[in-house]
Amino acid sequence: MLPLETVWFLLVGVLLAGYAVLDGFDLGVGMLHRFVAKSDGERRQVINSVGPVWDGNEVWLLTGGGALFAAFPKVYATVFSGLYLAMMLLLAALILRAVCLEFRSKVASPRWRGTWDTVFAVSSFLPSLLFGVAVGNILRGLPLDAEQEFAGTFLGLLNPFALVVGLLSVAMFLTQGAAWLDLKTEGPVRERAGAWAKSAWLAFAVLWLVATLYSRIAIPRLWQAYAQPLTWVAPVLFVIAAAEFRVLVGGKRPGLAFAHFSVAIAMLLAIMGQGLYPDLVPALGAGESLTVMNASSTPLTLQVMLTFALIGMPFVIGYTIFIYRRFKGRVKLDEHSY
Amino acid sequence: MDVVWLARLQFSLTIMFHFLFPPITIGLAFLILLLETARWRTAREVYRRASDFWLGLFTVTFVVGVATGIVMEFEFGTNWATYSRFVGDIFGAPLAAEAIFAFFLESGFLGLLIFGRKRISSFVRWFASLMVALGTTLSAFWIIVANSWMQTPAGFRLANGRAEMTDFLAVVFNPSTLPRFTHTVAAAWTMGAFLMAGIAAWYYIKGRGSDVARVSLKLGTVMSVVACVLNFTTGDHHAKQVARTQEAKFAAMEGLFTTQRGAPFTIFALPPTQSGRRPGPELAVPGLTSFLAFGDFQALVRGLEDFPRRDWPPVAITFLSFHHMVILGGLMLLVALLGLVLLWRGRLERARWWQHLAFWSIPLPMIAIQLGWVTAEVGRQPWIVYGLMRTRDAVSKVVGAPQILFSIVLFGAIYAVLGVLWLYLLRREIIHGPALAGTEAEVRHAAA
Repeated sequence: MLPLETVWFLLVGVLLAGYAVLDGFDLGVGMLHRFVAKSDGERRQVINSVGPVWDGNEVWLLTGGGALFAAFPKVYATVFSGLYLAMMLLLAALILRAVCLEFRSKVASPRWRGTWDTVFAVSSFLPSLLFGVAVGNILRGLPLDAEQEFAGTFLGLLNPFALVVGLLSVAMFLTQGAAWLDLKTEGPVRERAGAWAKSAWLAFAVLWLVATLYSRIAIPRLWQAYAQPLTWVAPVLFVIAAAEFRVLVGGKRPGLAFAHFSVAIAMLLAIMGQGLYPDLVPALGAGESLTVMNASSTPLTLQVMLTFALIGMPFVIGYTIFIYRRFKGRVKLDEHSY
Repeated sequence: MDVVWLARLQFSLTIMFHFLFPPITIGLAFLILLLETARWRTAREVYRRASDFWLGLFTVTFVVGVATGIVMEFEFGTNWATYSRFVGDIFGAPLAAEAIFAFFLESGFLGLLIFGRKRISSFVRWFASLMVALGTTLSAFWIIVANSWMQTPAGFRLANGRAEMTDFLAVVFNPSTLPRFTHTVAAAWTMGAFLMAGIAAWYYIKGRGSDVARVSLKLGTVMSVVACVLNFTTGDHHAKQVARTQEAKFAAMEGLFTTQRGAPFTIFALPPTQSGRRPGPELAVPGLTSFLAFGDFQALVRGLEDFPRRDWPPVAITFLSFHHMVILGGLMLLVALLGLVLLWRGRLERARWWQHLAFWSIPLPMIAIQLGWVTAEVGRQPWIVYGLMRTRDAVSKVVGAPQILFSIVLFGAIYAVLGVLWLYLLRREIIHGPALAGTEAEVRHAAA
């Protein structure tokens, strides 16, 4: 049996992967929205492809935040207070994003709708970039002091590696969003989405190579785990899934293509998780790293939380599948559509 | 500027704005469930149109609640990192439980209910409305567990420089959880009921009475009576618990400085200051506070002077917010009872004076709810966790005043825009009004 702290390292990873796969596609759809859909009819097709599900997708982030607080409170405290300004920008974007679709649909005027379309695009782009920059910084290590408090500056967060990972994250969500639109829309929207999927995938592949090579040279710590042969399963699956996605996308089996890229996203998170473990936030330089052992809650709390997850998540996954199945197939607008 | 003061300002701004919306959605979700149950069981078409209409107002409100709630999930880490380190072992679990057991439920089934009405059976539609109502109420439960633990901590020990959980059920059902939860839900039902009755009354005032308006007016009126009565029964239970577990807060709520038997209940007085009561005209019922708190007119109630001054909450705010909440509770009960009498006599749809009263009473539950939370949160001061950690020791060490100021300006601006847009869209939806009998069927025929 794995130690509870490790189980929770995995579970937080699973929640973040669930978030990246699910909210990933609607963040991507948000960024692509203005480019792939021109008329209001086309835009409604795009919006209704994510309308029923985006809120549920975003709950994966809130669950991840809550689980991080409960399982690793010191990480929650250090990272969120340390990355204060970035967090505030992220939250501001997420607030606006949450009201966009509902507000947009209520008034028919083109100016009103055009404004919310832009808000939707910007408020999808900013979180996509910021998540990546945050992950890049954590992989690289944060400047921490002996009390495990953040000891860096906001500008220090904008280092080259973090920015590359930020762009990688944008390209990843763009690809995922385009794959979703390839699956859910038809006509010109689908054609444009297919073209976007291919170019976004290329950017994703190039940025991934750059980030991987950079880490190989500059962050050897991330490669220590890969002395173990078993750890190569995730990278191999990642490369296969991402490559097959490129072959499948725009073809006759858009569902399979989407599933492939979803696997690729999950595997990319697994690759990073393996590199980090047992650190959650490595200290850059002399400070004290936040690790699964020194940042975790008590075994009782971890046990209670595990019980919650084991009881709650099967229900969540069950009814989420039920709900997605009700909206199966390509978007058909009816009088209840937005 | 003082970091602690700014952090508190930021928290009160974001939490008070956020909490404008959940009471409306918790209350409306329950009323929509009742309408849906009637629709499912009777198959009468008016209930479907009523449910559709209220669901529209619910959704506009729900998204603003979601948007402003995202901030709360992360704000303990950004602004109150020292607090988060201290309580994380206990406080994080209810937040995670809220997401797992409530947020997924309400967001998933609401999506189905809004977008999927054409794709689901009558039963599944009802079931979805049940899950949305259950989700909003469970969400209230878990967040109130977290808040109540800050008020009356239980089930923990102090070790390794933090509060560590020793008994999960004692954490969840700490002394103030159930009194606070029941009182909050009663208040949310009041909000939903007053909104429903008040808007329905407005249609009558404007000469736009319809079958949907009639159903809403009746349901809203009956529900406001039920909810207003529950406000008092649950409030009484809650106050008794505060009297036993947070004595300094209770003393401040009553403006009681000296420990006494037969403590009076103040009906009117000049607000007390931090240094004592102010002389002036006063109206008080002797012994009533003792009776309400302990069931005995001669019971001993401890005054603030029994506690060190540095442990006193701000007396005037606690006293004023509590008393005004109670006064509003009484006013709302009066409005609701008048409505019940009119309904009983079959005059509710004609009584313009009461309809005006009901319409202008829509903000009352909201004001009372905000005042109630001011009593709860300001009355807890100077503690962030009662008796364990002071608010001034809880802020993030690495966040400075300019950063907090930036976030206050940022959220202040966004919330101002959101608030205006929310009111604008709500007003539009209300003016547009529910679908009238027959119109939709005709439109569908014409289109076919």
